[in-house]
Amino acid sequence: MFDFITFRWDGEFALSILPQLLRAAVITLQATVVGFALAVVIGLAFALLRRGPRPISWPAGFVVEFLRSTPLLVQLYVLYFLLPAYGIRFDAFTTGVIGLGLHYGAYLSEVYRAGIASVDEGQWEAATALNFGRLHIWRTIVLPQAVPPMVPAFGNYFIVMFKETPLLSAITVTELMQTAKIIGSRSFNYVEPYTLVGAIFFLMSYPAALLVNRLEARLARNR
Amino acid sequence: MHATVDTPAPTSAPDAGDPIVRFRGVNKRFGDLHVLRDLDFDVGPAEKVAIIGPSGSGKTTILRVLMTLVRPDSGEIVVDGEHLYHRRVGDRLVPADERHLRKVRTNIGMVFQHFNLFPHMRVLRNVTEAPIHVLGLSKAEATERATGLLEMVGLGDKLDAYPSQLSGGQKQRVAIARALAMRPKVMLFDEVTSALDPELVGEVLSIIRKLAEEGDMAMLIVTHEMSFARDIADRVVFFDNGQVAEQGPPADIFTAPSNPRTQEFLKAVLQH
Ligand SMILES: Nc1ncnc2c1ncn2[C@@H]1O[C@H](COP(=O)(O)OP(=O)(O)OP(=O)(O)O)[C@@H](O)[C@H]1O
Ligand SMILES: [Mg+2]
Repeated sequence: MFDFITFRWDGEFALSILPQLLRAAVITLQATVVGFALAVVIGLAFALLRRGPRPISWPAGFVVEFLRSTPLLVQLYVLYFLLPAYGIRFDAFTTGVIGLGLHYGAYLSEVYRAGIASVDEGQWEAATALNFGRLHIWRTIVLPQAVPPMVPAFGNYFIVMFKETPLLSAITVTELMQTAKIIGSRSFNYVEPYTLVGAIFFLMSYPAALLVNRLEARLARNR
Repeated sequence: MHATVDTPAPTSAPDAGDPIVRFRGVNKRFGDLHVLRDLDFDVGPAEKVAIIGPSGSGKTTILRVLMTLVRPDSGEIVVDGEHLYHRRVGDRLVPADERHLRKVRTNIGMVFQHFNLFPHMRVLRNVTEAPIHVLGLSKAEATERATGLLEMVGLGDKLDAYPSQLSGGQKQRVAIARALAMRPKVMLFDEVTSALDPELVGEVLSIIRKLAEEGDMAMLIVTHEMSFARDIADRVVFFDNGQVAEQGPPADIFTAPSNPRTQEFLKAVLQH
């Protein structure tokens, strides 16, 4: 029975589960990195679609607003339990990563939108006067100017996403949270695994946050 | 000079005397504002035309319509024998698509009031980018062309600089070199010195003057610099209310304008 008064931190137990948790941390990181890479691509696609003609921009806008205003957890459940009913089947990790990519892609599309809008109209005009094709204008003139000021916002979303990955445990991805849960239910010791999970998250996200702050400061200086 | 620019055979081969640019009945409205009114306006090959007129009279809009930055509401524009906003299908003219615009646009270049250099590219690449990716020049050819032009505008030592490291006058000279690198038949200048500190105006005007003397490129110059317009223009066009109110050789317009609006305008601008 668990007793607050007599509870003692079991160092030996903590040490014994650390390797398993660190392996799970790798899964968490992988989900974050792959999910974010997907979000970067999806976000750009959403941003570009929303600039298109109305029959394209309206549905795209609706999807973005929908993704932003419903919980990620619900979206994960939908992907995990509903899609297989329609014959679309992915493993838990892939499903989780797609969920993260869509959800954060919707948020990043707003970051892209602001970044693209910050590029001076004169850049488009000069590029048109030089007769560049649309694709070339996007690739070599607009995006290279739009993206650098977006980097801090991207960094922040990356960290937020990292901290949201425990939601993937709801669809059985064995990332950090799920692993801690498994250890807890096996050993009836929940305190050590969850404490370690918290510590691992902190040790990874705090330096990342510092890095983003420094990037932001440097960008502000270069302006 | 235009050897490397592929100009597709025009629908009806233009004579040497045919205008390089022709506006016929061109209208443009911004909401309730009728900015270009049934505008008829020609520019001869190699002709240097200065456009003057009060603020808001539509001078910038003519250039932007010709550069395809603003689509006119109605009317026809013909550039070097080809319709700009229309495509000929049989005997009918249909609205042009982007592909057609790109084809006709190769004949036209523009220099902007605010330079609009690409800030993330060095000076040299600002000038080589379009010749390489639009005209299909090799990197070596484009670099050679760009270097020559940048030397011509007195910036042979700034090839590796970023635009932010240049003065306004230097930026505008790069912008001129960048537009020239495309070897257009018509070059548009929209108040290219009005964003410059007064002491930098001369260096830019002297380059445009040099271009005007060299000859074979038609130039449409919107300017508030009256003495400059008088010096270099073959023809001065006084624009008022979206129409050509008066035009003629600089000597006539500046010494004996017949239209009272022109007289009024010149009196106002020449006074200070
Ligand atoms: N994109 C636009 N939307 C709405 N109104 C516009 C737009 N572009 C120009 N106008 C208006 O059209 C009129 C003509 O503008 P234009 O820039 O051609 O004048 P301009 O003769 O070049 O004047 P200036 O000497 O001040 O440069 C102005 O009243 C301007 O406010
Ligand atoms: Mg103007």
